Parts: sequence; C-alpha cells; structure tokens
Amino acid sequence: MPVTLTQAAANHIDKYIAKRGKGIGIRLGVKTTGCSGLAYKLEYADESQPEDMVFESHGTKVLIDPKSHAVLDGTELDFQREGLNEGFKFNNPHEKARCGCGESFTV
Amino acid sequence: MAFLQISEPNESPEPHTRRLAVGIDLGTTNSLVASIRNAVPECLPDAAGVTMLPSVVHYGERGVVTVGAEAITHRSEDALNTITSVKRFMGRSVADLRDEASARYSFTTASGDGAFTNKGTLKINTRHGAMSPMEVSADILRSLKERAEQSLGGPLYGVVITVPAYFDDAQRQATKDAAKLAGLNVLRLLNEPTAAAVAYGLEQKTEGTYLIYDLGGGTFDVSILRLTRGVFEVLATAGDTHLGGDDFDALLAKYAFDTWALTRALSPAGQANLNAASRVAKEALTTADVAQIKVDWGCGFASTADVTREKFIELTQPLLDRTMSAVKRTLRDAKLKADAIDGVVLVGGATRMLQVRAALTAHFGKPPLDTMNPDEVVALGAAIQADQLAGNAKAGDDHLLLDVIPLSLGLETMGGLVEKIIPRNSTIPVAKAQEFTTFKDGQTAMVLHVVQGERELVSDCRSLARFELRGIPSMVAGAARIRVTFQVDADGLLAVSAEETSTHVRAEVAVKPSYGLADGEIATMLQSAFASANTDMQARALAEARVDAQALVEALTKALNVDRMLLSDAEHVALALQVAHLKQLATAGDHRAIVRASEALNIASTEFAGRRMDRAVREALTGKNIEKMV
Repeated sequence: MPVTLTQAAANHIDKYIAKRGKGIGIRLGVKTTGCSGLAYKLEYADESQPEDMVFESHGTKVLIDPKSHAVLDGTELDFQREGLNEGFKFNNPHEKARCGCGESFTV
Repeated sequence: MAFLQISEPNESPEPHTRRLAVGIDLGTTNSLVASIRNAVPECLPDAAGVTMLPSVVHYGERGVVTVGAEAITHRSEDALNTITSVKRFMGRSVADLRDEASARYSFTTASGDGAFTNKGTLKINTRHGAMSPMEVSADILRSLKERAEQSLGGPLYGVVITVPAYFDDAQRQATKDAAKLAGLNVLRLLNEPTAAAVAYGLEQKTEGTYLIYDLGGGTFDVSILRLTRGVFEVLATAGDTHLGGDDFDALLAKYAFDTWALTRALSPAGQANLNAASRVAKEALTTADVAQIKVDWGCGFASTADVTREKFIELTQPLLDRTMSAVKRTLRDAKLKADAIDGVVLVGGATRMLQVRAALTAHFGKPPLDTMNPDEVVALGAAIQADQLAGNAKAGDDHLLLDVIPLSLGLETMGGLVEKIIPRNSTIPVAKAQEFTTFKDGQTAMVLHVVQGERELVSDCRSLARFELRGIPSMVAGAARIRVTFQVDADGLLAVSAEETSTHVRAEVAVKPSYGLADGEIATMLQSAFASANTDMQARALAEARVDAQALVEALTKALNVDRMLLSDAEHVALALQVAHLKQLATAGDHRAIVRASEALNIASTEFAGRRMDRAVREALTGKNIEKMV
C-alpha cells in the first residue's frame, strides 16, 4: 500500500520547501521513543537513500525507509487547521492508540 | 491535539521536548510575532490572515481593552483613550517629551509606589486610570501572546523582544517589565538591526560590516553593525524619530489637495480618507509608472488625481535626502567609507519605495538585500534567536548572538582609583568576581562605588551607583575578605553584590549601566580614555604610591606609640622624622619620590619590626613550658 499526501499537505510541503530554499521532498519515518512507544518523524528530504521507498503524491515526493514503511503502510499525511493552530497529521490505519498529544502512538 | 511540523533532516525532536518560543517585534506603529514552524521562520497571522498588529490600544467603557485594527477605529471619536505610538514613551519622563506629537494625551508623573513604575516616569491618563507605557505595551504583548499560543497550540516557553539599538537602559528595562506584566518569559532583548541581520543569516558568516536601513511608518533608524566571530557590535546609529512612510503619504496627499485646488481644510475623516488613498497610490507606484489618488467623499462626490512615479520621487526627494544624510552621518561616526559596508539590509515597509533602493544602490555600489519582507524581517530574526535560546536549534548550530558591553565596569578603590572588574567589549552575559579588603583597622563598613568608563581615575568615569556593605567583623586592616561580584545579564543590566566571606554579610545593588548614555557620549568617553592614557597611568601611579605611603605611615605611627619602649630615644626620633617626611611627600605630586621614601622607611623600620615580632613571640610564650606548648 502506498503512503499518500492529501492535497492540502502536498501544497504546504511545497510551500515550505520553497521557503526553506532546498529539498527534494519529504521523509516520513517512525522511531521508537515517546510515551506510547513510537513517534512519527517528519523531515525535509535533501537526498534519497538507495533503500528508500519513494512515493509521489500530488507531484510531491514522499521518501520512507523500508523499516518504517512496515508501520506506515497505507498512511495518509494530512494538513489541518484548528482555529489559528495548524500542522500535519498522520492518518495511519495501523495506529491503535496514541498519547493525548499526538506525538507518539502504538500499533 | 498538537499537530506535527516538518524538521530538518535527522533533527526530529523527541516527543514533548520542543519548547514553544517566539520573536516579537514591538514596533512604534505595528507589532508582529513570529516563530519557527516547519523549520522555517514565519510571522503568525491573526484569524483574518494579517500578520501586522497595529500598536494601538483603546481603553473602552466597562473595562474593555481592544488592541490593533479595532482600536484604531476609536481614534477619532475617543482620542484620549486610544493610545498610539506608546513606544515613544517607554522609560521616559514627562520632561523628556519635547515633541508636540505626544501632547495629545494627558500625562501624570508616576510616584514610584507601584511594582512596575519607576519614580519620575510618565503615565497616561485614560478611562482605566493612569496607565504606564509598560502597561499599554503589555496589552499589545498580551494580544500577540494569545495569538502565538493559539497558533502554536500551547503555552509559550519564552520570547525574544526587539528594541531599537539606541534604547537606553531605562527603555530596555521598561520593555522587559511590559513583557513581565503580559506574563511572558523574556529570553533576551535583541537590537532591531541585529535581528534583521540574523533574519538574513548574516551571523553565520565569520565577519562583516553591515548597514541596516530601517524606514518604518513613523520612524527612521540607520545602524552599522560589525560582526566578529559571532559577536555583533553596534558601531554607530543615527536616525529620525519623526520620519517615516507616513510623511511620504502626507506629501502625496498635499499634492492631491493642491491639484484639486481645495480651499478649505479637510475634516479629520476627510483627511484620513485622503491619506489612505495617497498611501494606496504610493504602494502602487512601486510597480506602476502612474497611479491614481482616488477619494470618495460620500454623497456621490469623488476626486481623482493621477501621479507619475517621477512626480512622486520629485515631491518626496527632501525626505529621501534626510535619510541619506543620516546614512552618511553613521558612516562618518563609524569612520567607514561606503565601500567598507559588506551589505545593506532593508527594514520597514517604506523601503519598498523604488527611490530608496536606487539611492542606496548608488551610494554603496551594490543593491541592498531585499529578498525578505521588510515588514517582517525583524520579527523573523527574533524568532530565530528565540528558537536557539529555547534550546530547539540543532546541536552545532550554536550561532548564539552575543552582544558586548560598550564601556568597562569597575569599582572605586582607595585613592580614587578605578579597579576595572569587567573590561569593555566583554561579551554578555558575563559575571566576574574579585576580592577586596578593608583599609583601616576595625573597619566595619565599606562603601562600594560602581563606575563605568575607561579612565583610571574615578573622577573621570561615570558614577553608576553607590551602596554600603555594613556589619563587617572588626579586624585589622587587610584581614577582611570582601568578595565583590559583577554580573551583567544578556540584556546588559548590571547587578553588583558584595559579601564578607567569613560571616556571609551581603549587600547588593542592581544598576543600569548605560542609563542615559547616548552613543555619542560613549564614543567621547572612549576617545578621552585613549587620548589620556599616559596622564592616566601617571595619575594611577601617584594615587597608588600615596595609598601605600598612607598605609605605611598609619601602621608605623601606631606602632611607635604602642611599642615606644622597644626603641632608644635616638632611634625613635629618627623613625618619627622619616614618617613625617613621607607623610609630607605623599601630599606632593611626585610618585617616584613617594615610592623611594616609602622603601627607605620600610628598610629603616625593619629592625623595629623585628623587635616587635620577638616581643610578641616572647609574650605568647611567657608562663608556658615546653610540655604545654607541644
């Protein structure tokens, strides 16, 4: 299953890459920390690694290392706004529970 | 729920470790708040998508406070309770206000009984009582704080607030107090030109000299910064506190008024309409060659006037000339030629005018840095600094900005000499301690006189504060150990404490080192220090010789009285004569003679000192046998 971006997420990623001045796309990942076991990683990608899985969504590149892909398989990255607050959100079908803050989760 | 942000590669923060920090540009006309989002500095907009918050506060009926664009709507009908440009009043007294522009309010002088009012500073009478400029600024800051917390989704860890480079200590302290009132944790006050340089990433370079040209709505500032190994030093600043984009609008408005051959003065509302229309035309002229000033007077009446860019430039040439002469003055003050400037940074919306860019390009032989929004650049730089101070920046990216103290800080010692504790150009924050002792036997108090300057004698330096350390245990001269600590925080505020180390008796004072010192005065003080280096050293040598001689005279006079019997009459007379001779020499101005006489007296009294020592030992041993001693 691919990992996808919503249109809003792709637009904002493109906008931020332009502001930052460099980057070939976005790198999603998972690391094992945080209060619920796992934490999402959302970083600018300046280069791709040979083992990376690369998806393209609304013209924006998404890079994921194969290990993280096992957990992120089928995930959609969205960009949302609540009042003045805004940011990215992972919609991950594997996610069973997350801590209240949304920064870490379990599968 | 918190949203995620994009991080730099391999710098995803651990969950829950990111601290929310913002930079605030607390401006005379407009204020902004910015933060690092998705690894990029951004100004945070309000719900309408507008980043600039007009620095206007309205104190309405029933305790209602409104800030920003909404407050402006009250300006014409409730002028006394609508406070604009409060920044001009920060840290000022009524006596400081000379300009007529500030006469639109009713002022009182603070009695100094409140926690956040200094005696003598002004207050503005409003419907909500007498408000200090700090309180009004706090209302603006509170509005920005709310916006930031809603935008970032949590409480703020800390803020960096920018201030003009020429702000003195009272104004800086007032800004900090305003932030405290608004419930903000101030990580650092940052000079506005420095913030602009940071936004352009200039602090990442190893060194360079930059000119910051800041033409805002109502104020103009030009500063020259020198960067050396990560430290920004303000070499010179100049400006005009009553020159800004609004003045350019006013000239266009006058042009339209004359074109239409209006004979009567406009109503305030009509004038405001015309000014707004002129502003629109001015902004249009940055891209178009011709623009139209169009005012709808209501009731179906409207007037239009075409203005070419050429005409606009011609009309406003005197204003531009004023800014350029300030630029030249700053260069002169910094003793630099135009080609020594590595880059010119544009700040303030009015720098979008093409003639500003053209004039700077012509003068410096290269186009100014203009890739960033000049309205936002100061706030963006503050946000970058705030992020670093909050500890969010990646390891290795320790381009932490440092400022330096402009003049040495020291203490008066015996003989009116200055002991420098923190030398000038030390990077702040800094803390230094030094031990001092008592000069007289049984001395139980000490006056600590804190001075600022480069000269060797206290009389040539600037006095900052005096305080007393009392309760020093009675000891012989030189036995007490008084540890004096000078601490200058990151905002340039000095605290001095003194502690007697055996009893821990303490006294301290907070000082405002640069209070009331204009840059020109600092320069004058420095120059006089260089010019008088030689005479200063002689004065120091003389004062030191006198202090040593005086100590010797006092000690020997006392010993001669107490231990008279250890000397023959002849020996006593000889020593007493020599003491009198030294005492007399010490009042004269030849330090070498004093030193020679002191040395001679030291040698002559060696035998006497030896006998006193022997007797003291004998007395100590009298009536004790060896067994008891061991």
